Amino acid sequence: MAEAIKNRYEFVLLFDVENGNPNGDPDAGNMPRIDAETGLGLVTDVCLKRKIRNYVDIARGGNEGYDIYVREGAVLNVQHKKAYEHYELKPESKKLPKNEADAKKVTDFMCHHFYDIRSFGAVMTTEVNCGQVRGPVQINFARSMDPIIQQEITITRMAVTSEKDAEKKDREMGRKHIVPYGLYRAEGFVSANLAQKTGFTTDDLELLWEALINMFDHDRSAARGKMAARKLVIFEHETALGNAPAHKLFELVTVAKKDLTRPARAYSDYEVTVNAAAVPAGVKLTEK
Amino acid sequence: MGYGIRLLVWGNYACFTRPEMKVERVSYDVMTPSAARGILESLHWKPAIKWVVDSILVLNEIRFDNVRRNEVGGKIPAGNVKKAMKGNPMVLCQYASQDRQQRATLLLRNVAYVIEAHFEMTAEAGSQDTPEKHYAIITRRARQGQCFQQPYLGCREFPASFRLIEEGEPLPHSQLRGEQDLGWMLWDIDHGDGMNPLFFRASMKDGLIEVPRVQEGVTVK
Repeated sequence: MAEAIKNRYEFVLLFDVENGNPNGDPDAGNMPRIDAETGLGLVTDVCLKRKIRNYVDIARGGNEGYDIYVREGAVLNVQHKKAYEHYELKPESKKLPKNEADAKKVTDFMCHHFYDIRSFGAVMTTEVNCGQVRGPVQINFARSMDPIIQQEITITRMAVTSEKDAEKKDREMGRKHIVPYGLYRAEGFVSANLAQKTGFTTDDLELLWEALINMFDHDRSAARGKMAARKLVIFEHETALGNAPAHKLFELVTVAKKDLTRPARAYSDYEVTVNAAAVPAGVKLTEK
Repeated sequence: MGYGIRLLVWGNYACFTRPEMKVERVSYDVMTPSAARGILESLHWKPAIKWVVDSILVLNEIRFDNVRRNEVGGKIPAGNVKKAMKGNPMVLCQYASQDRQQRATLLLRNVAYVIEAHFEMTAEAGSQDTPEKHYAIITRRARQGQCFQQPYLGCREFPASFRLIEEGEPLPHSQLRGEQDLGWMLWDIDHGDGMNPLFFRASMKDGLIEVPRVQEGVTVK
């Protein structure tokens, strides 16, 4: 198996939404999430991780080592059996000693098979110390650049749900919540040290970048509208520990609205600047 | 304490979950000593040293916010993994849609703290492990923004930014005034004693929480 990554990374992902709901709030009747104090839109970390998982499942589904542990919907390929036969671990004795080596085997097995466990970690503790892994990839809540407008659109359906309803009416009304436009910024971290522990390789890292860029293209639905990844800025440190504080690197990516007098409705209404000249020594900047 | 350090940490959100309200997470008002220790450990830790948090200075006004998310309810049964390793066909993945729980989190927003801490040498320290060496490593890493993994404020989705407060540099001002009783708070989990939680009575004066040393009569199990 390929080696785990040896460098620390940070990344900034800019993505936008047009006439859609990027992430509904279950507490607010599925309206787009909003920071109540600033009016900025939010997209949770778990929402983005779900899309990464879905993308990896589409792009690498069925390949050994790229299974997805936390699944949504139906499994297309249950190929586990094949994977076990290929796996070179000796069968364990029937009684399970609760020692560290045993726990390590269990977690290694899961890391080896599941991409999302290698990347994000997982809890496998039905008993204490049976295995819990922290993955190298850490993502924060994404926030919009400007306050978003939550617009409610009432729609009609020319049919009714039950026969009883049919006696009274011949159509029903529904609601959709949309954000007319929002440019969101997510920031993330990849720890080389935790990558050693889960076996997160350079191939896995490339797949992560690929997923971040393409994940919205495979997540089309009536609710989402038009979502797209606009820019991915990657900071690669020369060392595993890193060469500069993360917040200083994040500050190098700035987004400004071109015309402050009218609301933004397109990506072209914003100017994204990556201050490549100010990148500290020992950090390599990549834009995708 | 010659080998103490002061670390400024801040972030947009934080959730230092109260153990009695874990299902729908409710954060403590302030950072717990165990969370502060975790932050220090994500910068530098070796079995040779043990971090001891001396005080936590709360800089910003305490404000809460609510976020509800779809989460999964279950954990991976280790037994199933072991069966799978023996070659039995098992479905190991978890179906998020069938194990769905919507959980709210009452989290803190716009937080900033100064952690004052020192480390002690443990029995695992070898001849190479001098306090000077570890002090040099932690201060260098904190200055340069290096870390083993990005530290976080209670949960990994709330990353912490950090900066070393140099010796002689004045502490940032706290917005908080007066004395406030924070009640019983988690002090730390005793990993050596079957994950036993230890608590202490926290009080905050002008933003400063003095963290007691574990000794009888101060912490309760």
